[in-house]
Amino acid sequence: MRRRQPEPVQVVKQRRDAALNALIHGVPYIGYLGIEFDRRGDELTAILPYRDDLIGNPMLPALHGGVTSAFLEVTAIIGMSWSILWEQMENGDLDPMTLDPRHLPRMPKTIDFTVDYLRSGLPRDAYARARVNRSGRRYASVHVEGWQDNRTRIFAQATGHFLMPPRNG
Amino acid sequence: MDETKAKFARQFIEAIPHAAAMSMRLDHIGDGVAEISMPYDARLVGDPQTGVIHGGAVSSLMDTCGGAAVISHPDAPSGTATLDLRIDYMRPASPGQRIIARAECYHVTRTVAFVRATATDEDRERPVASAAGAFMVERPPEADA
Repeated sequence: MRRRQPEPVQVVKQRRDAALNALIHGVPYIGYLGIEFDRRGDELTAILPYRDDLIGNPMLPALHGGVTSAFLEVTAIIGMSWSILWEQMENGDLDPMTLDPRHLPRMPKTIDFTVDYLRSGLPRDAYARARVNRSGRRYASVHVEGWQDNRTRIFAQATGHFLMPPRNG
Repeated sequence: MDETKAKFARQFIEAIPHAAAMSMRLDHIGDGVAEISMPYDARLVGDPQTGVIHGGAVSSLMDTCGGAAVISHPDAPSGTATLDLRIDYMRPASPGQRIIARAECYHVTRTVAFVRATATDEDRERPVASAAGAFMVERPPEADA
């Protein structure tokens, strides 16, 4: 049997980046907060570039607790949607070039979200990564860690439960 | 709550850059209870197919409202910060409608304030979300003596 030629790396990257961009740019609130995503293979790191209007305590100053919470929730939802999308894409069930803001995969819905504020958010960029601890047919449980300067000095973490979008076919 | 304190609380909330960015409005404050609302804004949408506001924006409103309830408590601290906050999302907020949060600081110790909150849209009978949180209590140094 002849081995199939691997796809050129640019083609693979372009397909994956197109899928990720469609996912992120379809959500106005992600753009409003200015959240970006860095992709290495299937691993995503969310980035919240610092902006003055993200401040909640102007005296310290510190990031708004609500901004931190929203950043972690966005990271969790995109993390889960991305893992579903990744699977469909790698199986060849989905062509990301057909995705646009009106034809996006349905996102998981948040059931509950608990944020643990470990230290105040400094007035600089923040990063976060989500880990899907359990992903069933209907429910998922996701943990998110947020940090700023040092990866090991977490400034906030969160756990959330989500209702999975119905699967088509 | 006396007038001076209510005025201080209002100024405190309005000085929060992110609250101002989201056009939050302090509707009521006093004795550990605060009500803050924000208008529907297309920039805050989380689901473009339905136009429903993102849960994160509702979190920001609840967190702000919780903090406001804490500083308005009679055993009031001079400042506060969120220790933890859990939000339960009960239903999507109706697109186009104002979201109103009401938080109550129901217990304060020397170091911690406990808060519960609900958020509704213009249908005040059916909550959109509910929350429970613990907040740090910051007291002036002389109070520790």
